[in-house]
Amino acid sequence: MLILSIASVSFVFLIGIGLYWRAAPLFNENTLYSLFRSSEWAPSSGKFGFYPFIMGTLWVTLIAIVVALPLCLLTGVYLTEYAKSSVRRVMLPLVNILAGIPPVIYGVWGIFFVVPIVREYVAPRFTEYSSGYTVLTGGVVLAVMIFPILVSIVSEVLKTIPKELKDASLSLGATKWETIKKVVLKRALPGIIAATVLAVSRAFGETIAVLMVCGNVPVAPTSVFDGGYPLPALIANNFGEMMSIPLYDSALMFAALLLFVIIFLFNLVSRIILNRIEHKYSS
Amino acid sequence: MTQHPLISVKNLNVHIDGHHILKGVNINIPDKSVTSIIGPSGCGKTTLLKTFNRLLDDTANVKVSGSVLVSDEDIYAPDAEVTHIRKKMGLLSQRPYPLPMSIYDNVAYGPRIHGVRKKSELDAIVEKQLKDTSLWSEVKDRLHGPAAKLSIGQQQRLCLARGLAVEPEIILGDESTSALDPISTHKIEDLFVRLKEKYTIVLVTHILRQARRISDYIIFVYMGEIIEFGPTEEVLLNPREELTKQYVKGFIS
Repeated sequence: MLILSIASVSFVFLIGIGLYWRAAPLFNENTLYSLFRSSEWAPSSGKFGFYPFIMGTLWVTLIAIVVALPLCLLTGVYLTEYAKSSVRRVMLPLVNILAGIPPVIYGVWGIFFVVPIVREYVAPRFTEYSSGYTVLTGGVVLAVMIFPILVSIVSEVLKTIPKELKDASLSLGATKWETIKKVVLKRALPGIIAATVLAVSRAFGETIAVLMVCGNVPVAPTSVFDGGYPLPALIANNFGEMMSIPLYDSALMFAALLLFVIIFLFNLVSRIILNRIEHKYSS
Repeated sequence: MTQHPLISVKNLNVHIDGHHILKGVNINIPDKSVTSIIGPSGCGKTTLLKTFNRLLDDTANVKVSGSVLVSDEDIYAPDAEVTHIRKKMGLLSQRPYPLPMSIYDNVAYGPRIHGVRKKSELDAIVEKQLKDTSLWSEVKDRLHGPAAKLSIGQQQRLCLARGLAVEPEIILGDESTSALDPISTHKIEDLFVRLKEKYTIVLVTHILRQARRISDYIIFVYMGEIIEFGPTEEVLLNPREELTKQYVKGFIS
């Protein structure tokens, strides 16, 4: 079992090293700084600027979390604290079914449902013209996709808060809502952060559904109504095509490496935050 | 019983999940004294205690009938305000449950909820309550450190201080020393005896010696019914009922 665990951990490093090795030719002609900062994406003339894709990824993921997290927290609180047990028994399995729907179906739903709504109703209020294929659309679709995992983990975390702790707050004359805000959510914070980390990692890597709805224009978005081109979409759209262009496959490998590093760093940072919070409040 | 009853229970029945937990309970708990509720496990002691501050409200499938008067106010009346009732009683549970915040914020939690905002006032409340529970000298240098870092005995005294900070009339203790070591237990017991000058204290306990050490009155509950109620010495040393006699002697537990 030790060997198996070592093997599985070493896969992570092997993937990292493999990606680096394949992406290496790109570094001969470009500095790392120019790869990150340049917005020029013209593979046929050898110009590879990843800035638009990094920003596309960050925008879509950020929007997804901003949309999903408050909804999931309220849903989790409702299901664990207010809902009758009959409602709870029906709701949680239903939410979990959402998790099993293939991403491509979310993509189709996004095209037929979210894209028109953004184009016809939301965007005209704020901007002159939008195709509907925007980072906002991608974020919303992604939010729906990470909803199940967030709701079920948040509910599990809230369920572990001891009743006596809530009673302690209630017996001091706090209302139920005050108790939830000041005690339950506070105590659940490490778990909520962990759930968010999982959801964000999933969101970073989500490819198909996002690719279908967020426009795929290689320009860094400046508002939520601009199109975007996240890293996974870049790889999926172009891999296997146009491989005759020099350095193109290295560039795609570099995109994968970037994604890998972003997720790795994100997990690392959140792990550190989590440790600090746990250290502060656990006995 | 010469004192005026502070808590007066009339024909109280409690059903949980279809089980009849408390059966026609009538009891008057005297003011400014320590009353212990004793009885075997699962007899309804804790349920009885929880009806006093309506903590059963959040349990599923509970039916409560009858009335509980606290200072002549029926806390189960339809227009009774739950937060107001609970504010009148401090609860000390089996194990300490400090809120996930600093020592200072734990004590200030109740007053803040009830509208105290001025820092000087909160400071004064925190200091007074921590002194009343003999914690001040132990924690005054780390008031803003997490409460979870205190020892379990200190945590329990902190929970008591937290409860006293909302200026209750009654302290409810649910086997409040069962998780503590003998020295911490002793400290809590001393506090109860000292506090009864100002508060009415109702304790659930399964330790007869503890009931004898600190309580003025004893309620013996068996299978959801009050079997006997009276001054401590009488109930423990000279019980009127056969069941009480058997329990006190250790034949039923």
